[in-house]
Amino acid sequence: MNTRARVLEALSKVHDPELDEPITSLGFVTSCEVSPDSEVEIVLRLPTPQCAPNFAYLMAADARNAVRRLPEVGRIEVRLEDHYTGEEINAAIARGDGFAAAFPGETDDDQLDTLRELFQRKALVARQARLCKALLADGLTPEQVTERRVADLRDDADARRCLELRGQLGIGCDPDSPAFVAPNGEPVAAHELTLWLRKARLVRTSLDVNGSICRSLLQIRSRRGAELEKVGT
Amino acid sequence: MYSHNGDNFFVVDGHLHFWDASPANWVSGQEQYAKGWIECFHAYMGLGPEETHWPIEKFQKYSEDDFVKDVFEDGHVDVGIFQSTYLKEWYSEGFNTLEKNAELVEKYPDRLIANGRWDPREGEAGLRQLEEDAKRYNLQGVKLYTAEWYQGSRGWSLKSPESQRFLEKCQELGIKNIHVHKGPTIWPLDKDAFDVSDVDYVATNFPELNFIVEHVGLPRIEDFCFMATQEPNVYAGLAVVIGGLMHARPRFFAKVMGELLFWVGEDKMLWASDYAIWEPRWQVEGFVDWTSPEDVEFSDYPRLTTDGKKKILGLNAAKLYGIDVPEEFQISDEAGEPAAREDAQLVDSA
Repeated sequence: MNTRARVLEALSKVHDPELDEPITSLGFVTSCEVSPDSEVEIVLRLPTPQCAPNFAYLMAADARNAVRRLPEVGRIEVRLEDHYTGEEINAAIARGDGFAAAFPGETDDDQLDTLRELFQRKALVARQARLCKALLADGLTPEQVTERRVADLRDDADARRCLELRGQLGIGCDPDSPAFVAPNGEPVAAHELTLWLRKARLVRTSLDVNGSICRSLLQIRSRRGAELEKVGT
Repeated sequence: MYSHNGDNFFVVDGHLHFWDASPANWVSGQEQYAKGWIECFHAYMGLGPEETHWPIEKFQKYSEDDFVKDVFEDGHVDVGIFQSTYLKEWYSEGFNTLEKNAELVEKYPDRLIANGRWDPREGEAGLRQLEEDAKRYNLQGVKLYTAEWYQGSRGWSLKSPESQRFLEKCQELGIKNIHVHKGPTIWPLDKDAFDVSDVDYVATNFPELNFIVEHVGLPRIEDFCFMATQEPNVYAGLAVVIGGLMHARPRFFAKVMGELLFWVGEDKMLWASDYAIWEPRWQVEGFVDWTSPEDVEFSDYPRLTTDGKKKILGLNAAKLYGIDVPEEFQISDEAGEPAAREDAQLVDSA
């Protein structure tokens, strides 16, 4: 694997915090260049210039941190293009500064952490719903589902992401801990499962719908961009 | 009105605009924001059927004739409700102000209602202006943008003490319908524009007012739904839901409708075209034709009947605004699908 492939692999671990999907599969990474001396330049483009600056910052900062973990990489530039607060965010990321420093006096980093955590909890709920639904479809009873332990989870992308999120949220994930938990980490009881799933399905729907709107808008944006370029030539 | 297969629908469009976003109206030095705003709206138009797309020049500024044709003649709309949107930081004469909307209302007094606005950051002067507007335009409703920029501030919350004064003033002036924009496309920075908890707070404190959450809190439908189940005076404004999803993402549309029908209920959902982002015609006709997919994924959502569609397309809004609906459009049975009432505290922000 060459450096560029490893950079892209690292970027595929960066999630849109609101949608809980990798920025690579969402199509947000528009360019990734690696120079002969391993300097990396990454360009991100979001579905609209007005996408929330807080989430935009998180994605740009997470992208930079993910790539920085690769030992062979030299200087890294992450640039958010065609975004209203792109200049402020790019400058803050380049300095290694937090979100608050990008917008002095307008926000603080605590709020950003709270927001990120809120969405990690939502993402966990939504992912678990998918795993849970599959088990019920296989014929398990609610009791059997809620008795499942982490060790019982199939090794698939949803389960891995659940454990990753639990780790980030400080919710225990040793093999013997419950497979399905409420957003606060408490195990889900069998008699609560139906309502819990109803709520979880709504969270799942919300994430999916947002993801689909973002994809549509990004497509429209790219198409219009291409049309404009064609007109220009 | 729209008649289809012997059913008559009285159509109230709960959220439409008559805007001027043409370059001549851009504030000098703020051009990038004025241009970006309307281009972003224009991208949303791309989610509707292709034959309804407009070139950007027309989209920036359309004529009164366009409006009348698209909304009244082709669009089946009996009564339209203007949600005034000022954005004077970017648009010299405003994006679509109450004054400009009122000019059209004067020409079509039985077909249009114009809502006003307020911003708690304007203090005493704002309260006086609200009072004047209410008297002059006989306001029944307002549209609020909690994420709007104002003199360096990038948003506000309905929970603020200043907001309470404005809501009290609304109550005093008989302005009953408070439309709150909780949806996409505005800059949330330190204030989280999508957070609906401030609506929850004021809905409890002002039980005589109706709170219509425009765009159902997208992209946080779940927070909106969990809140709306607990507040009898909170309504779902469907602008963007039908326009943005029904054509572009029909399966997601069916899911969102299913969830709204379950949590909020058909008595508290209000259709709106969000014209000129999308024309009303394809939305009204498509929605009347719409049925939820048959497969198991959708099986436990409440079914929407023709009567339910009549409520959503006009009867619910007519009730909130005291619009007289002729007998032929009324539904015989008032029984609606009850919304879920479970204690819905799933994702605690704490």
